[in-house]
Amino acid sequence: MKIYLKIWRQKDNLSKGSFKDYTVEDVNKDMSFLEMLDTLNLKLVKQGERPVEFDHDCREGICGQCGVMINGIAHGPLKNTTTCQLHMRSFKDGDTIYVEPFKAEAFPIVRDLKVDRSSLDRIITSGGFVSVDTGQAPEANSIPITYEEAEAAFDAAACIGCGACVASCKNSSAALFTGAKITHLELLPQGQKETHKRVAEMVEQMEKEGFGHCSNTEACQVECPENISVLNIARMNFEYNKSKLLVKK
Amino acid sequence: MHTPFLDTKIPEGPLEKKWSNYKKHAKLVNPNNRKKLEIIVVGTGLSGASAAASLAEMGYQVKSFCFQDTPRRAHSVAAQGGVNAAKNYKNDGDSVYRMFYDTLKGGDFRSREANTYRLAECSASLIDQAIAQGVPFAREYGGYLRNRSFGGVQVSRTFYARGQTGQQLLLGAYQGLMRQVKAEKVKLYARHEMLDLVLIDNKAKGIIARNLDTGEIERHGAHAVVLATGGFGKIYYLSTLAMGCNASAIWRAHKKGAFMANPSWTQIHPTSLPQSGPYQSKLTLMSESLRNDGRIWVPKDQNEKRKPNDIPEEDRDYYLERKYPSFGNLAPRDIASRAAKEQIDAGKGVGALKNAVYLDFSRALKEYGKNIIKERYGNLFDMYRKITGINAYDEPMKISPAAHFSMGGLWVDYELMTSINGLFAIGEANFSDHGANRLGANSLLQACVDGYFILPYTLSNYLATEIKVQKTDIQHKEFDIAEANCRKQLEGFLTTKGSKTAEEFHKELGRELYDKCGLSRSKKGLEKAIENIQKLRKEFKSNLIVPGDAAEVNSELEKAGRVADYLEVAELMCIDALQRDESCGAHFRQEYQTEDGEAKRDDENFSYSAAWEWTTNPSKPNLNKEPLIFEFVKPTVRSYK
Ligand SMILES: Cc1cc2nc3c(=O)[nH]c(=O)nc-3n(C[C@H](O)[C@H](O)[C@H](O)COP(=O)(O)OP(=O)(O)OC[C@H]3O[C@@H](n4cnc5c(N)ncnc54)[C@H](O)[C@@H]3O)c2cc1C
Ligand code: FES
Repeated sequence: MKIYLKIWRQKDNLSKGSFKDYTVEDVNKDMSFLEMLDTLNLKLVKQGERPVEFDHDCREGICGQCGVMINGIAHGPLKNTTTCQLHMRSFKDGDTIYVEPFKAEAFPIVRDLKVDRSSLDRIITSGGFVSVDTGQAPEANSIPITYEEAEAAFDAAACIGCGACVASCKNSSAALFTGAKITHLELLPQGQKETHKRVAEMVEQMEKEGFGHCSNTEACQVECPENISVLNIARMNFEYNKSKLLVKK
Repeated sequence: MHTPFLDTKIPEGPLEKKWSNYKKHAKLVNPNNRKKLEIIVVGTGLSGASAAASLAEMGYQVKSFCFQDTPRRAHSVAAQGGVNAAKNYKNDGDSVYRMFYDTLKGGDFRSREANTYRLAECSASLIDQAIAQGVPFAREYGGYLRNRSFGGVQVSRTFYARGQTGQQLLLGAYQGLMRQVKAEKVKLYARHEMLDLVLIDNKAKGIIARNLDTGEIERHGAHAVVLATGGFGKIYYLSTLAMGCNASAIWRAHKKGAFMANPSWTQIHPTSLPQSGPYQSKLTLMSESLRNDGRIWVPKDQNEKRKPNDIPEEDRDYYLERKYPSFGNLAPRDIASRAAKEQIDAGKGVGALKNAVYLDFSRALKEYGKNIIKERYGNLFDMYRKITGINAYDEPMKISPAAHFSMGGLWVDYELMTSINGLFAIGEANFSDHGANRLGANSLLQACVDGYFILPYTLSNYLATEIKVQKTDIQHKEFDIAEANCRKQLEGFLTTKGSKTAEEFHKELGRELYDKCGLSRSKKGLEKAIENIQKLRKEFKSNLIVPGDAAEVNSELEKAGRVADYLEVAELMCIDALQRDESCGAHFRQEYQTEDGEAKRDDENFSYSAAWEWTTNPSKPNLNKEPLIFEFVKPTVRSYK
């Protein structure tokens, strides 16, 4: 198939960016979206032009490094699928595709489709962990955790940290990302002890980084490759309010 | 140059006492002194993140590097199946000794007894550690941890978190790391690539790194350097590894004097998705667990044109069941991969490129019903559909072998120190515990055990001798030289201005290597490969094209550096495979097989690890041998008939 692309090109965060037109011939339906971009880049490099910079690593939907807006949708049209797992059979011969970076104040552009998501790291740094040193751990089976608890914690822990939730949110909120980590750790006895401190610190950090407030449009869950539930946000808010009450007391 | 003397530093005493004896006598560093000592850890996978966090908790100052945009994306994240530990929760006769023996045997008796034993010995603590961090491992309804059996062993010692064990373990380690970032004991350098190792007075004292966002070249000094940079299976281009996985960090350390051990031992995984076209950039692994219920076959007739479901039983060859009646479809990885290659080479491969074999669930679907199969493998069937567009409930999957894991790597002694003083290698980057073939679910374990439990002791033992040593001066002339060399190399790539991209070279190299130094090797093939690799390396020097410049984001430039190293590593792999006139584990030399086509080991002449030494000429490395001495077990023939 033949695909027409309108790709966002931007030298760095200070420069102005714009869409540039490209055509890729010989696109195969079994190609992944990123392989289609590889094909374009190969052509560009051979012509001595700068290839389109984009982020990616594992190319199997688990590392969370890839992610672009495809026709305005984070990771493209297929539900629960990262950009690297999207294949060209989702498009038709002759389609025009708009490709843009994940845009948010807290995600400065590095180049073209690459953005800096270290703000998400800093949210985890502020409190997204269990305070246990190597060597302190008790015997693993000493605290039973029911099947249901473990599964529920897993559902939240499955977040791959790609930032699609932020890019899909009209307020650029990181509530789904942050809520998922808070829920994961809160649902397990090992993490519960620190919930109040954790939630207060993580929510504050989220605001410091310039992420917006959640206004419950639920767009984030729709675009999340791991289908992380917005209920995690509700839990975060609940725990946050609780932590404030406790501090006041 | 180093004296080619391989001191393994294996402690005295019976096998089960060695590690505790070591710990008893290891030197300690006073807590007040720890904060004055700096450690560089390159890599944030399970081995690097766990090491950096544990060392920081002890009070050392740690600098942590990775090339991804955050430590959480290291390729450990992609491990699916599980992690082994000798907890014996199943009461099925497991023990540290049994796990040790399984690992040693699985590795075809080509690993060091003492290291392998220690791996099994430390395994139980890892599960405790992970649980304490909040890793949501699978549970029984009653709340206790669940296990399954994995990779051809007779006990159930594998812990898992759905099909995302690596992700969950890594998040635990990553969160521990970030906790130390908060405590200001770890300074994080994401999107940084190590370009060179710096030695001062023959000791590892720092690295040169490139900031991949700005192109800046940086100098970093320390009292010791740890490489936790993962496997280099990506050298085959098509592999289950991530796009950025590389050999560069260990290779550049090798060129500074660290020995490379058994570089040709690569595990080729039998159940990956086949290549669908020349544009393909990676191969996705399908969990091996599928072989529990899937049956592998090819059509008997190489000209078969019918769709798989239309081919009647009598025209199918269930070759694993036929050749290995007692293990059947569950034959170990190396054997299953080799058998698949045999069929594909004989023209019986299936799919458009005739490069795959069928993995068929129809019998299991009939026997258990769709619901049970869905419960067991639903996520894998979904993934298969996502990638191929095919519904595997209706027709067999197509799978093929893919490069997966590097058993080889930097040579390390019992302390995980390389042949360079003060340079340590952990995780998949070293060669240590898996011998010539790694058992499933043992490498997540190794990465974690190295980082959480071993390195904190052995590195302290080393640092205890460095207490009086001043902070490394990054203005030292050795840094000048190393930096100048890095700059020169980058400039060289940019000014070649040829017509072939780094990726094109990489693909060509990968094909050559897969063909001649992959599942099956021969003297003739390897000699030819060496010739071709040398040619390719020459062409690379004159015909590479890299656009842009060095002082900016430039992914083509990053690739060029990695491929330049691969072109040298590849030759060493072939040389390594060529010198080993025997077959063992993943290393199958066609000249050395039994009458019925199985690997023929030669313990009398090849019971050693090959530790290669750089001589400045990539075609003429020096071979040092570490004899493998089996004090406690007697090597047997590994048979799965
Ligand atoms: C698809 C797949 C599935 C697997 N499944 C299993 C399984 O079920 N069970 C099991 O036990 N094992 C499994 N393995 C193997 C296991 O995952 C790995 O061996 C292990 O995770 C390696 O961990 P590591 O810390 O050594 O390296 P990695 O996790 O690969 O980390 C390497 C780190 O080094 C950094 N790095 C590399 N080069 C440089 C450089 N030049 N400069 C700076 N940083 C650098 C990277 O950024 C990264 O942070 C699997 C492997 C793959 C590929
Ligand atoms: S590249 Fe890792 S999730 Fe897409």
